Amino acid sequence: MDTLALEHYLLLSAGLFAVGLVGVLAKRNVIVILMSIELMLNGVNVALVAFSRYSPVDELEGHIFAIFIITVAAAEVAIGLAILLTIFARRNTVDAAEINLLK
Amino acid sequence: MPEAAVWLIIAAPLAAAVFNGLIIRPLFGPVSRIGFDATVGAIGISFMLSLWALSVVWTDQEVVLPLHEIIRVDEFSLRIGLLLDGLTAIMLVVVTSVSLLVQIYSHGYMKEDRSYVRYYTFMAMFTSAMLTLVLANNLILLFVGWELVGLCSYLLIGFWFTRPSAAAAAKKAFIITRFGDLFFLLAILGIFLLWPEDTPVTFALSDPNAPMDLLRAGGAALTGTGLTLICLGIMAGAAGKSAQFPLHTWLPDAMEGPTPVSALIHAATMVAAGVFLVARFLPLFEEAETARTIVALIGGFTVVFAASMGLVMNDIKRVLAYSTVSQLGYMFLALGLGALGPALFHLFNHAFFKALLFLGSGSVNHATGTFDMRLMGGLRRVMPWTYGVFFIGSLSLAGIPPFSGFWSKDEILGIAWSYGGTLGTILFVLAVVGAFMTAAYIFRALFMTFHGKYRGGEAQEAHGTADAHETHDERHGATPHESPWVMVIPMAILAVLAIGSWFINFPATHWFTDLLKPLGAHVEEIQIVPAAIGLVAGLLGIGIATALYRGGAVSAPSISGPLAPVTNLLTRKYYMDELYEGVIVRSVLYERLWRFLAWFDSDKGVVDRAVNTLGLFGRNLGKGIRVVENGQLQMSLTVLSIGAVIIVAAYVVWGGVG
Repeated sequence: MDTLALEHYLLLSAGLFAVGLVGVLAKRNVIVILMSIELMLNGVNVALVAFSRYSPVDELEGHIFAIFIITVAAAEVAIGLAILLTIFARRNTVDAAEINLLK
Repeated sequence: MPEAAVWLIIAAPLAAAVFNGLIIRPLFGPVSRIGFDATVGAIGISFMLSLWALSVVWTDQEVVLPLHEIIRVDEFSLRIGLLLDGLTAIMLVVVTSVSLLVQIYSHGYMKEDRSYVRYYTFMAMFTSAMLTLVLANNLILLFVGWELVGLCSYLLIGFWFTRPSAAAAAKKAFIITRFGDLFFLLAILGIFLLWPEDTPVTFALSDPNAPMDLLRAGGAALTGTGLTLICLGIMAGAAGKSAQFPLHTWLPDAMEGPTPVSALIHAATMVAAGVFLVARFLPLFEEAETARTIVALIGGFTVVFAASMGLVMNDIKRVLAYSTVSQLGYMFLALGLGALGPALFHLFNHAFFKALLFLGSGSVNHATGTFDMRLMGGLRRVMPWTYGVFFIGSLSLAGIPPFSGFWSKDEILGIAWSYGGTLGTILFVLAVVGAFMTAAYIFRALFMTFHGKYRGGEAQEAHGTADAHETHDERHGATPHESPWVMVIPMAILAVLAIGSWFINFPATHWFTDLLKPLGAHVEEIQIVPAAIGLVAGLLGIGIATALYRGGAVSAPSISGPLAPVTNLLTRKYYMDELYEGVIVRSVLYERLWRFLAWFDSDKGVVDRAVNTLGLFGRNLGKGIRVVENGQLQMSLTVLSIGAVIIVAAYVVWGGVG
């Protein structure tokens, strides 16, 4: 098994997603959480592109999806940082444990 | 006879009750004399119509009036109507005539009462209910009347409800009779369940248009143990209403009501409803030998049991109450032996002479203000009329010829005598002993009340020389006097009936038996031997009473010593009240059952504890879950992720991927 197969890409994708998920769940700094979310999205992107590349029919949907996700992620980070700035302005913290108004 | 006329027998007193209760009392005040006019007028109409009904039955034997459907559920159709036959006609005449006389008498007795109109309302209501009961051609309608008379009895026993003893007596009467009614209701249910499946249940007593009705086909349709149980249920209802052992304890207490009420309800009519009921269903009992034997034995035992307590009571009304229980026992004894004629003949005679005795005791109370015979005495000089009628009633009750009580009691004795066997012998002995005791207690009462010296009446009682608690009726007779004519005349009419009511069953004509012939009665031959034994027993009783009480001595000290345990047992009514209230109600029901139920329901028991446990479970579950719901987005996400992992894992394991 010297060539790269689909499984290797998927393992990478799952690893990235898992690291991102743990970051989202465990980290307390909201900025780090946002970064972790990016990590998860990119994990997904890797999976999509890999599926597209190894698909028996020559289609581009996976690539297109990945590009859309990158776009959405950029927008999401912009909005997330804006919300974060607002929260910081009002509450003077970026600690996720302090932001518990959903209770 | 038009149907409307028969319905009017019931409707007239009912209308009087409604009129009195809803119009006279609110508009004309609680002591308006119109109440009397309405009630007496209505019952007078019922009486006339009853005589008409009697004449119709005389020629036609049985008249079944049209049945009207009032309820229909699928196959089941409840059709009510009225039935006129010999039994009904006799009861109609008894109820309306005694009721009429009692209403007239009550005008004198209740004149000063502040609830005069309420009294006449209830009395009219009772008469209407009683007439419904006897006229009903449907078991359900009969049961309605049955419960209504019980209700009226309750209302009238507790008429002076401000007195705690009256309220308690009313409650006791209602609860004990209800206890019997429960079994009656079960018997009705039993008829419903055991009725042959191919014919619908109608509960009609007699319905020529139906394939099956209760009286003609019931005995054949319902058979075996089921029929026996149904008959026993009916008997239990009858025993409650007619105060037969062991449900007799309410009747003596029911004497708390006004005396005319006792005369009408608790002597002549309602308590005879039990006898009427068993007589009505005698076709069913014919097929149930065991049930009949039990009826006869309960009756026979009650005769002696109640009469023995009558021997020692000091309250004149209680003597009469036990006497009523005992005489009703005679009727059940006869019915148990299948003798419809003698039982009803005794019911007929008893209604008159016992109502007379009660009215006499009311008259005495009117004069002296007490019912305690130890405070009476010597009244025959001041109350000659009352004395005369009471004497006639006593002779009749004691079964001395030619008074009416003799003839019917003789017939019952004759039935037991000729029935033979162990059962017949036992019943005959009980009946003779009962006859002896009857004569003794009633003449004891007569002598204590009317002979000797006057012992002070209510005034004496007020000084606390006696422990009697029976000082009723808010009447004050400083010096005893004869009662007004409005009270004497009804008593005089009843006295005439007490002498001569047997005339309708005169040995040569026996009209009475002819009336009942379609129902299975047959002419009883006069039997010299049992009649003579009964008469000797009666005379012996009178003799003993004379020996002990004629001299004016209230008690005979020479025999009271050795007999003290017996007297005590009798005075305490065989401890039956203690048994019911102390043992059954307090120890068993209250201490055990109700306490258990209270525990069962409590926090420490089952019901509340289960509820509390459930509540606590929810609360604690919430407490546990609340940790997760802390408003932290990350916690939510964690749970979400775990859930997703579980779902995927489950899919991989069980979903058969690959």
